[in-house]
Amino acid sequence: MTTQRQFTGSMRFLHWLMAAMILTMLGIGVAMVASLANYHTLVSIHRPLGILVLLVVVIRYVNRRFSAVPPFPATMSNQERFIAAASELGFYTLLFVLPLVGWGMLSAARYPIVMFGSVHLFPILPHNLMLYAVLRKTHTVLAYLMFLMFLSHFGAILFHTLVVRDGMFNRMAPWKVRA
Amino acid sequence: MPTDMTTLTEKQPPLLTTGRTLGRLAAIGLLILGVATAFLYLGGWLTPRALTPARFVDAFERADGVHSGFRRNHAKGVGVRGFFESNGQGMRLSKAAVFRPGRTPVIGRFSFGGGDPYVADAPGAVRGLGVWFSLPDGEEWRTAMINLPVFPLQTPQAFYESLVASAPDPRTHQPDPKNMEAFLARHPGTVRAFGIIKSHTVSSGFDNTTFNSLNAFRFVNAGGASIPVRWSFVPIQPQAMARPGGPIPGNRNYLFDALIASIHQHPLQWRLIITVAQPGDVTNDASIPWPDGREQVNVGTLTLDSVESEAASPARDVNFDPLVLPAGIAPSDDPLLSARSAVYSLSFTRRAGETKEASAITPSEVRK
Repeated sequence: MTTQRQFTGSMRFLHWLMAAMILTMLGIGVAMVASLANYHTLVSIHRPLGILVLLVVVIRYVNRRFSAVPPFPATMSNQERFIAAASELGFYTLLFVLPLVGWGMLSAARYPIVMFGSVHLFPILPHNLMLYAVLRKTHTVLAYLMFLMFLSHFGAILFHTLVVRDGMFNRMAPWKVRA
Repeated sequence: MPTDMTTLTEKQPPLLTTGRTLGRLAAIGLLILGVATAFLYLGGWLTPRALTPARFVDAFERADGVHSGFRRNHAKGVGVRGFFESNGQGMRLSKAAVFRPGRTPVIGRFSFGGGDPYVADAPGAVRGLGVWFSLPDGEEWRTAMINLPVFPLQTPQAFYESLVASAPDPRTHQPDPKNMEAFLARHPGTVRAFGIIKSHTVSSGFDNTTFNSLNAFRFVNAGGASIPVRWSFVPIQPQAMARPGGPIPGNRNYLFDALIASIHQHPLQWRLIITVAQPGDVTNDASIPWPDGREQVNVGTLTLDSVESEAASPARDVNFDPLVLPAGIAPSDDPLLSARSAVYSLSFTRRAGETKEASAITPSEVRK
């Protein structure tokens, strides 16, 4: 019996799809609040893309629950394993919470939640300005947190792959790595 | 442990020299720094001189002060309700559901330009009307209009510079007229627009004021044809000139009180007139009027039949973002539109978290 070395194909696909979506969302998010000329265009992308993230994370979470995952490399200490597991939990939590906070804050502000054309979502919270103010701030803080978590994740994978050289990247490589 | 077994079977890479390890660590550090720098660049932190929504709203706050819970511009206002009755004539121009024959409920807000919520009513002050249409299928159309025939500031940058020029001097607490003169010398388009505005007569009250979209938008019909338009709400109430004596002494709210009295007597009505552009008409500059003779389509009538103070009106707690548009109405290439959307949104966010102070037009004033 051989031990699984890579995440399953569907998990790797969903990981890289979400990586692209999340980096795009973080970049658009931070750019749109500082932009006058492109504000409207960027918001018009950010809103439906955020809802798409929410849909994809539901699929990804279900897929994660029903997939076998490869073991941690032996090069990882118990402390590193704990941090890696906590970071995965943190990412999943933010991937659910950030879009829901975004949807919720638009609801509390009584903005129409336009996806494209005349397609729009229903509000999930009552119209309340104080609630909007709190959720709007929360959205920013959680997005910065997500970006910092991404930087740590990026750094940790690079460290393992380039310095420890334990093939960490191969576990999630977009392509198939032969055992 | 199976984990350890598998790694034992792998070929161990040769050890890195200390120099190579440090080199790789440095490369990793540079990559992380690069990503973080890209993020900071996108967020505008590396270009502090660029004009952002935050700097724009700061300029409003410097010009008129921060008044807790109030809009940073058009701070003094009153809420109204009513409906829009479409006659169906707009359907050939736009597929928006609001133009199908029938009624759309609206909530509105009359206001004066400027960030002071307790400013005394004055005939020459800019009058605003925000209208929030709730379309039958859950879509919305919000429009924030003013009574000027053209908008005197051509670009977001010019608008910002005019705010800076009109901010009070910290020593005299008055704007320095030299700043505005210098601004006008740099912006001949604004001088031209002020000429048009001065030749325009000011009506006696809110009820007989024409409110204009100023910025161009695009109407898209069911066939997919897209055409630039501007719109105006033209009063059915008879025209009358502003009181020759100016404000009524002792009543700082005399224009709002007159609006309240007239809406208590009878519903107030405006025709929604769509002006259709011809090829070549300027769509990216609201300071330039379109030539006379453009096709004008009367698409229906706005009826406002009740008035309420801001404390009671849902209008206080929404943002009349001019880019909340239904399918069938789209932004034009006017750069002011996206800038207005960005600045209104930030003004809305800032006031949302503040304690709401009482408005100048109180609930008891509205019941008079």
